[in-house]
Amino acid sequence: MSDIVLETSGLSRHFGGVAALDNVDFSLRARELRCLIGPNGAGKSTFFNCLTGLLRPSDGHIFMRGEETTGWPVHRIASLGVGIKTQVPSVMDGLTVRENIWLSASRHHRQTDHAERRTDEIIARLSLGPISHNLLGRLAHGERQQVEFGLVMTGDPWLVLLDEPAAGMSPEDMVRISEILRELNDTAAMIIVEHDMQFIRSIASRITVFHQGRVLVEDDVERVMSNPTVRDVYLGRTA
Amino acid sequence: MDLIAVMAVEFLYAVASLVLISAGLAVVFGMMRVINLAHGEFMILGGYVTITAVNLGVNVFIAMVIIAPLAVALIGVVVERLVIRHLYGRLVDTMLATWGLSLFFIGLVTVIFGNTTTGISTPIPGFAIGDYRINGYSFFIILVAVLLLAAMAVILRTTRFGLIARGTMARPDIAAALGHETERIYMATFAVGSALSGLAGAVLAPLVGLVPGSGAAYIAKAFITVIAGGPQLLAGLMSSATFFGVVNQLFTFTISPVIGEVALLVAAVILLRMLPRGITGRFFRERSS
Amino acid sequence: MMAAAAVPIALLLPYVIDTYTLTVLAIYAMLALSLGLVWGYGGILCFGQAAFFGLGAYGYAVGAINIGESTIAMVVAVAASAAFAAILGAMMFYGRLGDVYLAIITLVVTLILYRFMSSTAGDAYVIGKARLGGFNGIPGFPTLHVPGDPSAYIWGDALYYLCAAILVLVLILVKLLLSSGFGRIAVGIRENETRMSLLGYDVRARKTLLFTIGAAVAALAGALFANWGEIVTPRLFGLTQSAEIIIWCIVGGFGTRLGPVLGAASMGYLKFLLGQQSLIDNTLVMGLILILVVLFLPRGLVPALAGLWDAAWQRVPARRVQRRRRDLV
Repeated sequence: MSDIVLETSGLSRHFGGVAALDNVDFSLRARELRCLIGPNGAGKSTFFNCLTGLLRPSDGHIFMRGEETTGWPVHRIASLGVGIKTQVPSVMDGLTVRENIWLSASRHHRQTDHAERRTDEIIARLSLGPISHNLLGRLAHGERQQVEFGLVMTGDPWLVLLDEPAAGMSPEDMVRISEILRELNDTAAMIIVEHDMQFIRSIASRITVFHQGRVLVEDDVERVMSNPTVRDVYLGRTA
Repeated sequence: MDLIAVMAVEFLYAVASLVLISAGLAVVFGMMRVINLAHGEFMILGGYVTITAVNLGVNVFIAMVIIAPLAVALIGVVVERLVIRHLYGRLVDTMLATWGLSLFFIGLVTVIFGNTTTGISTPIPGFAIGDYRINGYSFFIILVAVLLLAAMAVILRTTRFGLIARGTMARPDIAAALGHETERIYMATFAVGSALSGLAGAVLAPLVGLVPGSGAAYIAKAFITVIAGGPQLLAGLMSSATFFGVVNQLFTFTISPVIGEVALLVAAVILLRMLPRGITGRFFRERSS
Repeated sequence: MMAAAAVPIALLLPYVIDTYTLTVLAIYAMLALSLGLVWGYGGILCFGQAAFFGLGAYGYAVGAINIGESTIAMVVAVAASAAFAAILGAMMFYGRLGDVYLAIITLVVTLILYRFMSSTAGDAYVIGKARLGGFNGIPGFPTLHVPGDPSAYIWGDALYYLCAAILVLVLILVKLLLSSGFGRIAVGIRENETRMSLLGYDVRARKTLLFTIGAAVAALAGALFANWGEIVTPRLFGLTQSAEIIIWCIVGGFGTRLGPVLGAASMGYLKFLLGQQSLIDNTLVMGLILILVVLFLPRGLVPALAGLWDAAWQRVPARRVQRRRRDLV
């Protein structure tokens, strides 16, 4: 069991009287790729935000690589080596692609020349060279998403948390993103909150289904898809 | 016993004057999300209009309750058309531009009235309760504040404008989507807010000598009362005015009036620090970091 | 390069304008630079930079009276003001207050100081040997002298050259700070606070530190101002003073180093010229300028002129968007 990198026990979060997240036990192994699905309000985003530190859980515990991180501020969790991408592209719009990547590199490489070298590496790896001096604010949605993946990748994370990475992407963007995800997954465990079943199938993984703040099912993609309970609460009308 | 009666009046007066000072700002801020940093100057303009009218022989109550609000509402409309309407949705820019307006009006008043204290005498004589003298005018201030709150409640509950106003305050995004009418509603709102500021400045004018820089004393109080009040216009106004009024008076009685004012401001800073979300979470999205 | 150009300008200006006026312009420039750093590069909407300016001035006056010497008094002034800013900043940034609250709280703090200092007339308000003096302020404190030689006062032309030299020095330090990792990260935080904390940066600590540095520069300007005016009064904390600092920066252009400096010098000189006549009111003009700049020149003069220059020479558009302030709604 030593390869479990993330674990929660009894994790809960209440908003007023409503339990958005209710007593969730969850664990993730090293280099595992896990998708979280569920209808709106099922608690998957609340769960995600508790993991990233954007929300403070009302109850329960979170452990990352054996260390309890419950209630830590975002920056401390990120500093452990956790790469986080929120739903809306969150980048520095007034700065160039290069400056954006540099800001991520400099967090992990105190020496300036190391940070510069790491920046160049990432720009080359994502083929961002031609646009590296463009302002983020002027880039297309897909390009901004890519840069944000660059920010995540630069830190060499061992755990990556992604909130709807495929939202608003064109089919070509989607292909690129799944490539990047696979590459990241070589070294990092991953949690992806996602709606798009097609996309989930393309990155084939284990799925945790949330419903009413609890974990409903946890299984392989195909078995989840054919699970009648899951079809009832979530896929029933569409699949 | 006499002391308790006097203190009760003083407390009520402190709360009432905070309600008056803040009402105009609350309406404009609540409905338009415009923080009018020239609010204090709108108030002193109301005061100067009153003094001028009285000096011209107008009855002081007519000057305070009718002429001053109308005159300041007119100024408000001009300001809204010339400046504010270009800056809707740009909260910081409106703060800066209205700060500019504030300086502009201070300068204008200095040019017209000179940098000296102008004032009129209190139109209601004081009287004694036992050994203590009490300012009769305090009752007038309390009365005006009560009538104002009642009028606002009636307008919000029963009129079309009130309905739109409540809708706008509850869900500004949806109200904005209603479209064509927003321009006119914003203009009307700003006029109403200005009129309230003018009224407040007018009725408070007999109590304080006016100098061009007097507005600064009001703006901070109005600000914090409105912000601490939160999204419920009337309930927020009354609760925060009560809280700050009591704090102010407690320190005024026990130490000195200036310390009372300082205590009010310090209480506001602490309150904002402790309850940034609870009271005002709906006005500004909180930073999530 | 800018510093290199500043030296001959500083040396030539006394042939055009008297050094008494120039001294205060250099001090204003330093004060504007402090807000330019905090607001323009850090994205911290400080509406009360005057608080630190005033505290620097009072700190110097109180220090000089008690110590009877100026060098340590300068250090005391800057340190006291920076400590105050660190506490206030930590309270605001660790409380995760949004931009607008920050603006309001800094403004209210300035007003508190103004109210308090105005009410300190009387024997009860004494710090050591210094009477705070209420609305009339503190006059008659020892002014700057050569370190170690209390009889060699620095005043007149010498005070101007000292202030100009300190301004150039501060400009260089600010430039170094901004090109360092700390400065680049501060700009990143201005652009997207959440993203920067997701990258693992402690945004709260960094903003507190930047805020404190800005306050220290403002306090230095305040201490020099006390020496120039030879009296400190509560008006240093006034709303007008706070507004003027913002006007200088907005006219010059936030997000540049040169903008606030030039804005302060030009607006300060305009104020001086307006002060010599009584037809047009100074405050009225300042207010009008602020309104017009917000409406028609929201990025300020320096970025606008740089844009024109680029357009005239068909250069690539300015590489970096000079974002002056963020809008919340």
